[in-house]
Amino acid sequence: MSRSIVIARRELSSYFYSPIAYVAMALFLLVAGFLFWRDFQPGKPVAMRTIFDWMVWLLVFIVPVLCMGLLAQEWATGTIETLMTAPVGETEVVLGKFLGSLGFFVVLLIPTLVYVGMLALYGRPDYGPIFSGYLGVVLVGGLFIAIGLFCSSWTKSQVVAAVAAAAILFTLTIAPWWAGQQTALPTFWRNVVDQGVFTRYTDFSKGVLDLGNILFFLVATGVFLFVTIKVLESRRWK
Amino acid sequence: MISVSQLTKVYGQTLAVDHISFEVAQGQIVGFLGPNGAGKSTTLRMLTCYLPPTSGGASVDGLDIFHQSEQVRSILGYLPENVPLYTEMKVHEYLDFRGRLRRMDRSTRRRRMGYVMDRCWLKSVEHKTIGHLSKGYRQRVGLADALLHDPKVLILDEPTVGLDPTQIRETRKLIADLGGDHTLLLSTHILPEVEAVCGRVIVISGGKIVAQGSPDELRNSRKMSARVLVECRGPAREVEQALARVSGVGGVELLDGQSDHSMVTAALRPKEGYDIREEVARTIIQHGWPLREIRLEHATLEEFFVQGTANQAMGRA
Repeated sequence: MSRSIVIARRELSSYFYSPIAYVAMALFLLVAGFLFWRDFQPGKPVAMRTIFDWMVWLLVFIVPVLCMGLLAQEWATGTIETLMTAPVGETEVVLGKFLGSLGFFVVLLIPTLVYVGMLALYGRPDYGPIFSGYLGVVLVGGLFIAIGLFCSSWTKSQVVAAVAAAAILFTLTIAPWWAGQQTALPTFWRNVVDQGVFTRYTDFSKGVLDLGNILFFLVATGVFLFVTIKVLESRRWK
Repeated sequence: MISVSQLTKVYGQTLAVDHISFEVAQGQIVGFLGPNGAGKSTTLRMLTCYLPPTSGGASVDGLDIFHQSEQVRSILGYLPENVPLYTEMKVHEYLDFRGRLRRMDRSTRRRRMGYVMDRCWLKSVEHKTIGHLSKGYRQRVGLADALLHDPKVLILDEPTVGLDPTQIRETRKLIADLGGDHTLLLSTHILPEVEAVCGRVIVISGGKIVAQGSPDELRNSRKMSARVLVECRGPAREVEQALARVSGVGGVELLDGQSDHSMVTAALRPKEGYDIREEVARTIIQHGWPLREIRLEHATLEEFFVQGTANQAMGRA
């Protein structure tokens, strides 16, 4: 575990050397700021619903970019060889990369706490939905990062990794949401669509903490991390 | 210290390493010599537990590379080919990261980082970003990393590629100094390197070991007898025939013969125990061919290398 932390720290700090991370950060804060401005008007509820709901959409595009290099770059530059010939295991590497990215994602979220402060200054916000909203965003972020990491594990090309991750995230999030808007949906498909990330996520932003939803995100994240570990091990069977 | 037995690696349909076996004793510096694509890097990658063998096995300091992979990796220092590094990091940050990864505590890390940066002439670039360094410096960063945890065994894949002549000389000196305390296995396709630093050479070609021994042994082996080079002006075929009749000449090979009455260069292989130079000179002069040069050439390891690997290639064809 301690080696995962070492790898996570390196990964987190390496974000700050790369312009892509700053671009993603600027984009994220710009959009978040705009969304908050729409909510932060006289007469509107003292809440962050809009910003939380839109944040998930934003993550579909930002997370693939943040995760594309995690392993693809190691394959492309050959650093995977130095990494794996040090006494570390595949699980430690994958967990370290995951935690490093999740750490960066949390850093990305920290400035949005200013909005909570502003709400508290000008009104009396209900902290319940705000807390559950943040929890939901972190859980969704974790799942998305695990998917991004998985996509980065089987290619040398960061572009391929990013596109693949965006496609998977789109299929899991935006496509089911769009299908859910159709009124004439058969019951079977309605049930499938309800499993979508966005549907599950909106419970959090409403302030509903459902154990099923929490487990869904944790298990799905675990599955993608597990598969990534297997991909990394697979070089041993080739 | 390193013991390899029947190690084999198959990639799809390609047999990259073909049942090789060898031993490296403690403190030895062994050169792993072969042309590109001979299976050197694949063998080293198996020894460093990066790739598992298809069959056969190996042990390092008594530890099995497959079943005790993590222990093996903790006593190994490895410099991979092309020296992959995290280019966005600074030299000291990178070494610190590698030290932490190897669970070295703070004081050990500090002491060893100082030592390896000193040893690999990195003090002046300690705070520079690796991506901004020249190839030579990056090579040294890789070497410093391999030495960081004071490994029992060092495995270096082409450690001097891309260095300038001064750096090559310094690196060889460093490698030679490291022998004794560490067991070294280094791969190269540069022969002077092997002659300069290695106590033992393993020649590999087409995934097989074609020869092994000390550089002297290889040079003195029977295949490696000296040859006499002759350059004269005369009709190529006649010169060849005349030289072949000289007593003591085991074989004639025309290296550079053109049409009649132009320059002919021939390499003569003397039979064992003969010095054929005087007799050859007399023959040429008797025929009235102007003699420009006659020279005894001692075999170099290079020739052996070319021969050994060429034979191997012919054997396979």
